Amino acid sequence: MNVGAGARTDLTRADVRRPSDIRVDLQMIADMIKPESRVLDIGCGDGQLLRYLVQTRNVVGRGIELSQAGVNASVAQGLSVVQGDADSDLSDYPTQAFDYVVLSQTLQATRNPRRVVSELVRIGRKAIISFPNFGYWKVRWRLLTDGRMPRTGALDYEWHETPNIHLCTILDFVDLCDTLGARVERRISMTSGGRTSLVQRSLHVANLFGEQAVFLVSRQQPQPAR
Amino acid sequence: MPSQGHTVELGRDVPLKLDCGVKLGAFTVAYQTYGRLNEQKSNAVLVCHALSGDQYVASTHPLTGKPGWWHILVGPGRPLDPERFFIICANVLGGCMGTTGPASINPETGKPYGLTFPVITIADMVRAQAMLLDHLGVPDLFCVIGGSMGGMQTLQWAAMYPERVYTAIPIACAARHSAQNIAFHEVGRQAIMADPEWRAGEYSLHNTTPRAGLAVARMAAHITYLSEAALRRKFGRKLQNRSAFTYGFDADFEVESYLRHQGITFVERFDANSYLYITRAMDYFDMSADHGALANVFANTKVRFCLVSFTSDWLFTTWEMREIVHALNAAAADVSFVEIETDKGHDAFLLDEPELHATLSGFLNAAAERRGVAPAASP
Repeated sequence: MNVGAGARTDLTRADVRRPSDIRVDLQMIADMIKPESRVLDIGCGDGQLLRYLVQTRNVVGRGIELSQAGVNASVAQGLSVVQGDADSDLSDYPTQAFDYVVLSQTLQATRNPRRVVSELVRIGRKAIISFPNFGYWKVRWRLLTDGRMPRTGALDYEWHETPNIHLCTILDFVDLCDTLGARVERRISMTSGGRTSLVQRSLHVANLFGEQAVFLVSRQQPQPAR
Repeated sequence: MPSQGHTVELGRDVPLKLDCGVKLGAFTVAYQTYGRLNEQKSNAVLVCHALSGDQYVASTHPLTGKPGWWHILVGPGRPLDPERFFIICANVLGGCMGTTGPASINPETGKPYGLTFPVITIADMVRAQAMLLDHLGVPDLFCVIGGSMGGMQTLQWAAMYPERVYTAIPIACAARHSAQNIAFHEVGRQAIMADPEWRAGEYSLHNTTPRAGLAVARMAAHITYLSEAALRRKFGRKLQNRSAFTYGFDADFEVESYLRHQGITFVERFDANSYLYITRAMDYFDMSADHGALANVFANTKVRFCLVSFTSDWLFTTWEMREIVHALNAAAADVSFVEIETDKGHDAFLLDEPELHATLSGFLNAAAERRGVAPAASP
């Protein structure tokens, strides 16, 4: 990938990983974000997505990460990241403080996903949320045939050690957005191979064949009074 | 490392208006500088020292002969490299290493101030530093950094002169001094004032010093800088150069001997009245007292913050640092916050903590690049 001159100077302070080497779902999120915008990445890990966005999209990036190791690694790369928790720390942030709030592969591990999603669309003009789809056919098939809690590539934990305490399907998530009055602006579902083309059209098809989903959501604007 | 020690007289034309109402005219500030101010004047760093610190951040201490108190972070190849930054560290107002304090001569009486010295605050210390920057022709700071009381000054800088601060790195501090910390300070002050040699603060007129009182104050304070785990690891119940109890009150235990040593050496380099005044300044520190909620203090701030706390620090806890982070988030400020795992307690900020090193290097490099401060030339 051809990186711009601005990004190239930044590479000197980053580590050896080139910014193009990011996870396919993170790439999909990144592609939804307009350059120069303000981005809050919740559960930013070691800052992979934030660094990519800062380097290639020139965003103003902030992060929240639960694990101290992740925070320290991010700050040591010059990213603005604080140690914090999606469940308890979002209420601090002012309304519409960011253009985008990203919650990548974290929703299912929060204690109160409903409150988290409503906070996301409050803090950000747009929220980008990705999660593993529990409606994926392999998940359904494993449960049906084995009669045990399913393990798949996206959900590779034993039931007793999983951090994923609030799993949902694509349909469930759409319902939650409806309940919260949040508007789904874009939805991408991905097969395990990272392909996206076949499964977009119907929600029910996506819910069956999508292993992961990425949603772009915004708070429903109140209708102007007549 | 090469440095330049200076003193300057400030406030002769425009006196320093202290929080207590007194106008302090013509006072001295003693400071060290390292490196040079660049042409754009964009590379100045102010290092703020802690309660018992001084301006010798990276140079040998003239009284103790020990290396600078933060030579681990300030020096060639270190996160604060004089090849890249113009680093300033000044003895605080009320101090005893050359800046005007209670041990200085009051020009009006010709005698040491003693207790007639006005009570100063953290904000007063910062105002004096701002006057020093004016004198040095430094328009603004690339970074203001400090731990403990130095962290309080750093926060005060960001609150009082946001337009003069590009980045702020408060380490192991709080936005207000806690009841527990005020209590410990009071123990220290009472120890000093209970020493008959203190003589109502006029000991220098009697050619004496409250050595015992100041040493006890230091011993009590020093315990708060460590942690139970560190004390256990370093000393446990080990005896000092003996195999059995003496059944007396000699320093039987290593930990007693260590504390006594800390107390005795401190007396050699610190003024007892300065200790009273500086601990008082910390006690009075409460950033939200004047502004209401802490978030209001930093509303719309452009300052980029990096806060650091240590897991075993019970003097300035992670919880207190996190309170500042919450306020900065509410102000939508640019903030990083790192908690470093260590058993070394509050003192960790002065010690060789690789993670502190990595955090500061990463944060400072990114900010310096953003501001266009050229990196140090490779040797």
